[in-house]
Amino acid sequence: MNFLDSIWLIPLFPLFGALVMLLVGKRLDPQAPSPVAVAPGVAPVADEHGHGHAAAHAHQAEHGGHHTPAATRWVIRILCPGMVLLSFVFSAGAALQLASLPEKTHQVIKYTWLAGLPFHMQDGTMARFTADFGFLLDPLSAVMMLVVTGVGFLIHVYSTGYMEHDGGYYRFFGYMNLFVFFMLMLVMANNYALLFVGWEGVGLCSYLLIGFYFHKKSAGDAGKKAFVVNRIGDAGFLLGMFLMFAVLGTVRFVDVNQALASGRFQVEAGHFGVLSAMALLLFLGATGKSAQFPLFVWLPDAMEGPTPVSALIHAATMVTAGVYMCARSSALFQLAPETSFIVACVGAFTAILSASIALTQNDIKRVLAYSTVSQLGYMFMAVGVGAYWVAVFHLYTHAFFKALLFLGSGSVIHALSGEQDMRKMGGLKDKIPVTYRTMFIGSVAIAGIPGLAGFFSKDEILWQVYSSPLGSKAIYAVGLITAFMTAFYMWRLMFLTFYGQPRMDAHTAAHIHESPRSMTVPLVVLAAGSVIAGWIGVPKLWSFLPESFRAFEHWLAPVFAGAVPHATEAAHHAAHHEAATEWALMALSVAVAVCGILLARFMYLVKPALAETVQRSAGPLYTTLANKWYVDEIYDFLFVNGLCKGGGSLMAGFDQRVVDGGVNGAGWLTRLASSVSIWWDTWIVDGAVRFTSFVVKLLSYPVRILQTGYVQAYALVFMAGALVFLGYYLMR
Amino acid sequence: MHPITTAHYLVLSAALLLIGTLGVLTRRNIVIILMSIELILNAVNLNLIAFSKHLGQVSGQIFAIFVIVVAVGEAAVGLGILIALFRNKETVHADEVDLLKW
Repeated sequence: MNFLDSIWLIPLFPLFGALVMLLVGKRLDPQAPSPVAVAPGVAPVADEHGHGHAAAHAHQAEHGGHHTPAATRWVIRILCPGMVLLSFVFSAGAALQLASLPEKTHQVIKYTWLAGLPFHMQDGTMARFTADFGFLLDPLSAVMMLVVTGVGFLIHVYSTGYMEHDGGYYRFFGYMNLFVFFMLMLVMANNYALLFVGWEGVGLCSYLLIGFYFHKKSAGDAGKKAFVVNRIGDAGFLLGMFLMFAVLGTVRFVDVNQALASGRFQVEAGHFGVLSAMALLLFLGATGKSAQFPLFVWLPDAMEGPTPVSALIHAATMVTAGVYMCARSSALFQLAPETSFIVACVGAFTAILSASIALTQNDIKRVLAYSTVSQLGYMFMAVGVGAYWVAVFHLYTHAFFKALLFLGSGSVIHALSGEQDMRKMGGLKDKIPVTYRTMFIGSVAIAGIPGLAGFFSKDEILWQVYSSPLGSKAIYAVGLITAFMTAFYMWRLMFLTFYGQPRMDAHTAAHIHESPRSMTVPLVVLAAGSVIAGWIGVPKLWSFLPESFRAFEHWLAPVFAGAVPHATEAAHHAAHHEAATEWALMALSVAVAVCGILLARFMYLVKPALAETVQRSAGPLYTTLANKWYVDEIYDFLFVNGLCKGGGSLMAGFDQRVVDGGVNGAGWLTRLASSVSIWWDTWIVDGAVRFTSFVVKLLSYPVRILQTGYVQAYALVFMAGALVFLGYYLMR
Repeated sequence: MHPITTAHYLVLSAALLLIGTLGVLTRRNIVIILMSIELILNAVNLNLIAFSKHLGQVSGQIFAIFVIVVAVGEAAVGLGILIALFRNKETVHADEVDLLKW
């Protein structure tokens, strides 16, 4: 089978699933109560920490199962994960066949989707804006497709168990499949315009799924926040795309790369030219989608959605779209070192900022959310220093362990009937052993302990930041501190959740149970991935391992080699560093990770009181961190309040006078016209009718008086007539 | 004593006719009206028989019998209509039946 030419089918599978779900899903799952109108006995999802499914689940247990899922639910359970699995199989097939192609790119263009009028480009030549409905398969999109469909499939399977007792089962899977469709469009598009379609589509699905428990105000607000904040970035993306067309005359990736590599453009070193502006605008788009400073504020709030959504969209796939887009634009970023430096700085700043916030958060999902923001910061650090393959490598390993950690936290929340506050957890180690063991692996992996996935990618990022000509020691130091914080907050989470004394109330404690198999199996698979995924990108330093252990870099090399004038230069540069330095740095990063873990163990397990002491003595700093550096408040002060006020005055002035005035004026005019119409009707139309009848009545009066209706009156006339005739004949 | 001549019959017949006509025109009760009509018819019969005797021909008598037969039919039909009218309108007064009025 030729998978290469049928790659256009890959996104259509989940689209089919989504259409089936959203059009006829309600019939397949008719008894499922919507979250608002829940069956009697099952409380609506309204517990304080808002974990719908688990609350309903607890009640379910108490009331002996009032609502049993519909018998046809198995269709949803098979169809939706099945469609994603089918996409995965096709993606894997396509990737394998791609590997045997000599040029390592394959485009399938179905038709021209957008075609504009001829247009004068910046340099005076004519160009016509076109965008294909076309797909590009190259090593980069192959990696992304496999991550999206592979992790996506596991999370779909997990969701079949996790969402079991929630209302809107079909709606959830419809949105999830729709998300996979748009995400595949995003990573498979062969031009920026089609990528933007996927980009907006995943934003839509993100919005729908964050607000899945829409009857909760906080969920609805979080959805809106994500949508609005992303719009800011999207404006940047669009402007960047327009600028790209104005300068290069095309938005197709292959042609863009060709134009950039043609020698018409020089590296804009030391000055900020048009390419730098273009790259910066695209990066602005990435900061929105990938939750980088200053647009990261929506991601922690996005945890209002169901946990599988947090795992799939807000950890493993959608938020990495910005990284993917920047890596896709690597040829552009290569030519814009000034922008690249900004990218690296923003990445580093975001990484340390969100890691510091994660230190103090008590909501298990929020810790992971800030951790995601922080890890995305790492990826942008790598993008910023020109190590694109490393950014994608971290994206790939991160997808495994962060999805694992989120799903694990979902399993914990499931076990604790909806509790998300880590202060009310503890001692779960033996009660939910599978969840504990898999999360243990995930935490080790993200902390950066050698041998697991996170170590290879993170260490490579730190090394590149240190050694690349675009990198710097300061950024490296920030990365190292962030690595320490990462180890600390992840193990704080582990110790608070699984070790020590149980701190939950007796009622919750009695309900603790390991999750069903549909949830634990994906955890185990992801845990295995977190262990082995990194072994295809081991450091060059480990020269005792054969080259096949560095397959990832070689696989992606064709994507990033084309338009990279100084990539080889960087390699040379790196080679100049002594191997000893690299070993030392590696040892250093491992040491800080271990220190972080040990410090967390000391503070939260050995001497739990110490944490409180530190908290008290740190005082204002702790408060600032716990309040997330007051970023939300600052935004409220700077933008949101002003906008609300501006909106209010717009409402008062423009809306009431102009808009309402227009409506009222139209109403007044209608009334005027209608009164004229009434006058005409009453006097002219009705008048004519009534005049006619009046005339008839008048003329009929003499005849009418004869018609008395009395038989005797007629008889009298008859008699009179007879007498008249008689008289006439007698007189003649 | 004067013998009863044809003229006497004709005067009686004219009186009956006048009484019947006035009855038909002035009385409200339909029963009376029907009775008045009978008077008119019998005035005619009397006339016919008087002339039959006067002319010595039998055809006038035959005609009178024919009129009686028709009068029976007329009375039957008239009373039937009257009963139907009473059932519907609960009245036997001619001036209360004016459905034919415009």
